[in-house]
Amino acid sequence: MSVFIDNATRLVVQGITGRDGSFHAKQMMEYGTQVVAGVTPGKGGQRFENAVPVFNTVAEAVAATKANTAVIYVPAAVAASAIFEAADAGIGLVICITEGIPVLDMTRVLPFVRERGARLIGPNCPGLISPAKSKVGIIPGNICKPGNVGVVSRSGTLTYEIVHQLSTHGLGQSTCIGIGGDPLIGTNFIDCLTAFQADAETDAIVMIGEIGGTDEQQAAEFAKREVKKPIVGFIAGQTAPPGRRMGHAGAIIAGSSGTAAEKMAAFEKAGISVMKRPADVVPLLKERM
Amino acid sequence: MNLHEYQAREILRRYGIPVPPGEVASTPAEARAIAERLGGKVVVKAQVHAGGRGKAGGVKLAKTAAEAETHAKAILGMTIKGLTVQKVLIAPAAEIASESYVGIIVDRTSQRPVLMVSPAGGIDIEEVAAKTPEKIHRRAVDPRYGLLSHQAMMLGFALYKDVKQARAAADIMQKLYAAVYGVGASLAEINPLVTTPDGAVQALDAKIAIDDNELERRPDIAALRDVSSEAPEEVAAREAGLTFIKLEGTVGCCVNGAGLAMATMDLVKYYGGEPANFLDIGGSSNPQKVVSALRIITSDPRVKVILFNIFGGITRGDDVANGIVQATREFTLKVPIVIRLTGTNEQLGVEILRKAGFSALTDMDDAVKQAVALLKGRAP
Repeated sequence: MSVFIDNATRLVVQGITGRDGSFHAKQMMEYGTQVVAGVTPGKGGQRFENAVPVFNTVAEAVAATKANTAVIYVPAAVAASAIFEAADAGIGLVICITEGIPVLDMTRVLPFVRERGARLIGPNCPGLISPAKSKVGIIPGNICKPGNVGVVSRSGTLTYEIVHQLSTHGLGQSTCIGIGGDPLIGTNFIDCLTAFQADAETDAIVMIGEIGGTDEQQAAEFAKREVKKPIVGFIAGQTAPPGRRMGHAGAIIAGSSGTAAEKMAAFEKAGISVMKRPADVVPLLKERM
Repeated sequence: MNLHEYQAREILRRYGIPVPPGEVASTPAEARAIAERLGGKVVVKAQVHAGGRGKAGGVKLAKTAAEAETHAKAILGMTIKGLTVQKVLIAPAAEIASESYVGIIVDRTSQRPVLMVSPAGGIDIEEVAAKTPEKIHRRAVDPRYGLLSHQAMMLGFALYKDVKQARAAADIMQKLYAAVYGVGASLAEINPLVTTPDGAVQALDAKIAIDDNELERRPDIAALRDVSSEAPEEVAAREAGLTFIKLEGTVGCCVNGAGLAMATMDLVKYYGGEPANFLDIGGSSNPQKVVSALRIITSDPRVKVILFNIFGGITRGDDVANGIVQATREFTLKVPIVIRLTGTNEQLGVEILRKAGFSALTDMDDAVKQAVALLKGRAP
């Protein structure tokens, strides 16, 4: 078992003929992901890499190929529309890699996705990988190793850094999930902790957060109550200047300022081992496992 | 992107919110002419992206047009929190019966726009939240239906007992909500929302921040950007497609990805250095971006060592290496450079760097330690 994606994942790539979409579709196919369809309006009927059928719409792709997961590489201007389309076509898991979607668009996308019973991961995320089974997104496959550590992160390259540390020290991963760095995202830390707690192949969890918002603090409280597996956490941005993105009104609404110090304290209070630097992940995990 | 008060007032007017008259001036003579048109007794307000303008002496009351000119002369060119005042807003000195606060932001937890109002206006809302949190009323709005009339009225009554005033405030809130979606705002505040002695409800001061992701599809809003109000390095970085924030330290950082960039800054501090900046070269980097990044980092005289931390995913090691080599052909690097390069096309990148006389490290901790050692004059 793994989390959210596995050997049964049948993937449709939205934007498969674009620059990023085509590059990463090939990488996913090489990794062994079942890429069953692509979508680019106006290019229906073509075949990508002489293998994957391309459709004009996601609905056609689902009808013809029984795709159950969609990954989005389209430009920011049409990315919100692509999420609507995937959820409307009955796709159960939608992963949006695209960054730059306006937050106000997401206030409309998220309720729509939930009403249709779909899960969105992202936007502005690197996607996820269950090593040796399936990869959806852009996480480099060669830095991952199959194993029993679940990784969930708000960041992209920082996730690679920490996964790389794990793999080079013999700690493989069940699934690595990048949930995205935007203020409004479809899947949060609590959703991922719930999934890892239920996953028989995951024995320990690494949580990589950053400054801003209160998702990490809420996840820490949740972890204390509900998660029985050991957790090691990191917060990026201990030296970052505060208030650059949303200003203080956001902090008031959230009831907190979302600083690294506050989040690290919340982790410690919940029994999560806190890394001071990425390289601490290995000794801390070994201590807890 | 932050808008100036005068720009925010213009947007509110466009959405039908009552805003007292007022015009913007960039010279003392213009200020005087506007004050004459407005009847002499005016407020002269500095237009800068900084809070606490009043405390800094950037807001002054004038009894006559001549006094308005004198105040404008003093305020124009003054520096508030490092920003030079280029424009002043001239508005009639209003008589105020009461001051309230109305704001809208997108809340991360409820994932909805939230209306926030308080009868304690005219002061920073942070201060109200800290001292009298019970005076702040909130309402999350379902974006499918917008701010409904009865919801706006409930908030209106939280501000005013008088039904006419509550209704006027509710109308302003619905219009402000429309403005948020209309211009792509991540934050819109009216502070203070005032009542005049004759009972009218008006927006006296406004603050609007635009979500940067909205600017591409809203060229009219993007045109409101005032580059003179931003740090020159940040303007140059944005034009080069980089995210850059200037800090106070001496280690110039160049990293791919925001999370890794923050973690790198943290590690610099962990090993006893101070980061000079946050700089994210983004995902699909081309060599030119790296050249621009180096140009911006080296323009800061405080930078004593440059630290690259690249974990290639979409970013390719050879692109970064080519950028570094190209930059050294275009200008001289006066400070040492430490390069950590791993991930996609690592071997290609290392080879390009080696041929140009640079070495590269593969471990992040080693690179940061070496950068800090160079800073302190120790042999790494």
